[in-house]
Amino acid sequence: MNWYGCWTLYSRESRRFLNVKMQTIVAPALTAVMYLIVFRYAMGDRQVPNLDVPYFDFLIPGLVMMAMMQNAFANTSSSIMVGKLMNVQIFLMMAPLSAIEITIAFLAAAITRAVVVAVVLLLVLAPFTNIHIEHLWMILFYSITGSIIMGGMGMIAGMWSKTFDDMALLNNFIIIPLTFLSGVFYSVKQLPETWQVVNHFNPFFYLIDGFRHGFLNVGDTDPSQAIAIVSIATLTTVFACWKLWQTGWRLKD
Amino acid sequence: MTTALTISQLTKTYKNGKKALQGVDLSVPEGSFFALLGPNGAGKSTLINILADTVKPSSGKVSFLGHDLFSERRWCKQRLGVVPQEIAFDPFFAPRDILKIMSGMFGVQPDLKWIEELLNRLELSEHAHKNARQLSGGMRRRLLVAQALVHKPKVVILDEPTAGVDVELRKRLWGFMRELNASGTTILLTTHYLEEAEELCDHVAIINQGKLLTSQSMKSLLDNVGSSSLVLEYADAKTISGDIKNKLADFCPRTQDNKVILSLKKCDGHSNFNDAYQAALACWGEAISVNIQDEDLEDVFLRLTHNGASA
Repeated sequence: MNWYGCWTLYSRESRRFLNVKMQTIVAPALTAVMYLIVFRYAMGDRQVPNLDVPYFDFLIPGLVMMAMMQNAFANTSSSIMVGKLMNVQIFLMMAPLSAIEITIAFLAAAITRAVVVAVVLLLVLAPFTNIHIEHLWMILFYSITGSIIMGGMGMIAGMWSKTFDDMALLNNFIIIPLTFLSGVFYSVKQLPETWQVVNHFNPFFYLIDGFRHGFLNVGDTDPSQAIAIVSIATLTTVFACWKLWQTGWRLKD
Repeated sequence: MTTALTISQLTKTYKNGKKALQGVDLSVPEGSFFALLGPNGAGKSTLINILADTVKPSSGKVSFLGHDLFSERRWCKQRLGVVPQEIAFDPFFAPRDILKIMSGMFGVQPDLKWIEELLNRLELSEHAHKNARQLSGGMRRRLLVAQALVHKPKVVILDEPTAGVDVELRKRLWGFMRELNASGTTILLTTHYLEEAEELCDHVAIINQGKLLTSQSMKSLLDNVGSSSLVLEYADAKTISGDIKNKLADFCPRTQDNKVILSLKKCDGHSNFNDAYQAALACWGEAISVNIQDEDLEDVFLRLTHNGASA
């Protein structure tokens, strides 16, 4: 293993987002605060039906997880996309880094960005809420697996896209709908039964619900079933990324 | 003689059906300064991109310093530096950081002394802290050269490294390349400046339409393939009748304004200059001036690539 090379690539990918903090950290924090202001006044002190928690407390973990997922996706997808357009990707391909080393470095940087964004958001939102950590292991598990799944999907999207238009297509028609319909803003138990079933086919739903469970000690899914599904999704994503880097899919044709 | 690169039957057909390489065989001796020449679209960059691992080959084998390039990529990449043809730079970092990152990705702790020397030799020291976006085209190209050398490779491939670099700087860059070559680094170069290739390189290969036309030492190419011509200038334009054409068939006669040009050949180390001159005298009489024009690399290149035939 070229661990030093892997570490260097990880630090390059992390420094890249730290170099543009306004865009990568401050902007998501501001967006989340605006969501909260809007929902705070729109929903008042309403409780979430069936879960018996204030809607406002219910919303915060979901928003944080959503920001983590979007940032993990953005870190890998934008890096690969800019790399392609600026032709910088060749330096990665010329370096003696194996597919698994590249996968590890990119995913680790995606996790780093997601965690930094989450910590900033939680610090900003803490004064406005009463939520506290109930199950730290759940919070960590869903943070890391969620970042890996979304970072991996970002990598695949970056490899697949030939233009920013392709990327926008994936983002607007797949990633954003799956994120919005994953139960960030509602409990699935509020949905009609058919939609509840449909929601269970959305992998993002388990990430949001599990992460929220770590804070509120209530959730819409069976924890062990959710952990199994998320673990399988994580391993599948990592495996897919590894194989795609190995074959040079859409990069070395 | 050991070889740095032995390429066997390398082919590449792109998805759109374009056959960029059609079974290229090529050997690059270790320690050589090797010119790879060919017109635009000949397949040079495809060949280089396959060596650099940015394009997958369709078939063929490459041995790199005795190791199989495709199955021992990591070993080979650690010893290979490539300067790509297209300018590429990371818009997030400054040159010094880019060099440290590049070195790290090769698994090498950045050798700060070497990085400073590279920046200095490539005249980038003053700009080392600026963002790469602020560099001029020539600076970005020099940065690419520095990136290719930062891990001290044994073999360096330069794909048109001097395009857009001014004459003075180009000369200094070549001086640096000569030093590297003298210290044992094998250099494979593609360039459109043929006089540069002639001056710098000790070996030359010419490819066209994905096929190798010739590969030999520069000296033997210029000695054996590069022929010379006898140029006779007359007061008026001469025509070459069918009769004269037959008489002078050995010399491929042709005219250009008031000049008659006859190709000379070498036989057992002697030129047939005298035969050609006597034959011209018999046909057209005394000329105003008589010159011998030696073919240089550019003439050989044009003749070979236009004929498309193997030399």
